[in-house]
Amino acid sequence: MSPKQKRRLLAISLIVLGAGTATALALYALSGNVSYLYSPTAVRDEGLEPGARFRLGGVVLEESIQRQGGLKVGFTVTDRVNEHAVFYEGILPDLFREGQSVIAHGRLREDGVFEADKVLAKHDETYMPKEVMDAMERARGDGASPAKAY
Amino acid sequence: MKLPLWFHRLGSPPTFYAFAARLQPWCYGLAAALAVYGLYAGLVLAPPDYQQGDSFRIIYVHVPAAWMSMAVFVFMAVAAFVALVWRMKLAETLVLTAAPTGAAFTLITLVTGSIWGRPMWGTWWDWDPRLTSELVLFFLYLGVIALAQAFEDRRAGRRAACLLALVGVVNVPVVHFAVTWWNSLHQGPTVRMFGESSIHPSMLWPLLAMAVASKLYFAGSLFARTRVALLEQEAGSAWVRRELEARGHV
Amino acid sequence: MSEFLAMGGYGAYVWSAYAVTAVVLAWDASAPLRQRRALRRRQPRRPPPTPNNPTTTP
Repeated sequence: MSPKQKRRLLAISLIVLGAGTATALALYALSGNVSYLYSPTAVRDEGLEPGARFRLGGVVLEESIQRQGGLKVGFTVTDRVNEHAVFYEGILPDLFREGQSVIAHGRLREDGVFEADKVLAKHDETYMPKEVMDAMERARGDGASPAKAY
Repeated sequence: MKLPLWFHRLGSPPTFYAFAARLQPWCYGLAAALAVYGLYAGLVLAPPDYQQGDSFRIIYVHVPAAWMSMAVFVFMAVAAFVALVWRMKLAETLVLTAAPTGAAFTLITLVTGSIWGRPMWGTWWDWDPRLTSELVLFFLYLGVIALAQAFEDRRAGRRAACLLALVGVVNVPVVHFAVTWWNSLHQGPTVRMFGESSIHPSMLWPLLAMAVASKLYFAGSLFARTRVALLEQEAGSAWVRRELEARGHV
Repeated sequence: MSEFLAMGGYGAYVWSAYAVTAVVLAWDASAPLRQRRALRRRQPRRPPPTPNNPTTTP
């Protein structure tokens, strides 16, 4: 390797190292300040005021879905520690069901209910045929779905 | 650090041209054979998913394309590093001939993901970290392509493009780990290199076939593009004239 | 067959995703062919004969 090539190697390595460090630092700073979503526990702990806009994430509590006529629906989101009531009017995604992780975009109402203008269903990384999943649940002996809590 | 001799030999345009011409049909052929199996097994043989029904079949184009969108950029970064340090012209050419296919895979990832997200998540798009960093990746590809043509001096433009490919590679780990670092909309990795994958074998095999097919396709496409680029760069030399006069040889 | 095309109600989504993939890849695969054709058109069929290179004359 010629001295010229050595100098280029050093310079280019420094540039890449610099860009990498800058990105890592930026990401580190971002992860502290910006929360992509709040769990019901985080909503309580952070003391979010009515009117605040944020994303609420959690699992749809079993037997909490109430259809209120038309496209109106109320349900409860839980992180298995705390719960939060949600109201939504609109079309729900196909994956929306009890025990499913969801992310609701919206704002906190005066009465403490989270009024969502968009409800997204989060999919877990499991891909299984129906028969296999049924067999696995029978083997486990309970009917509870293995939804992950946030 | 000295590069081995075969590396220098392969770096000579006529040698690489002949080497690529020999391998290109095999890459395309094997890719097509694997894709036929993967598509048949994925669209017909694999059972519907217990939650997503048949919409999960989009995975067979979305996930291989997503893997390639990252792999091609890493390939470009390695080639750019060789090009910048050793001033190897062929490596410089490879950075630029890989970029369009990488951009194509990234576009496929974004569009098919959006089409899957509409019925499953309930939205076409969300500023989720994974989706956003993949979009940034797409712009980085476009940036590399644009930068190479933005300079009056052709060499300077290509060098700037190499530099962007090298620096932009820091975005690849962000794309990959976005689902682990942040708790967000996009699901975590289904297929894991280490540990158990959370996908049934009947659904996994077609996915792996499509993944290998996409890699072979990239190799074939890279060879095809690089050969044309070499003909253009070396225009006027004897071997190029011979090559262009031979009829029906593509 | 129509059941296969329906994809359990997700036919429009599944097939449009595959169609987009096919179109983008077809564009990508045909690009080098188009470039080569353009290159061939620009290149003269035979280089002009020069006195010090008589082998290129027909």
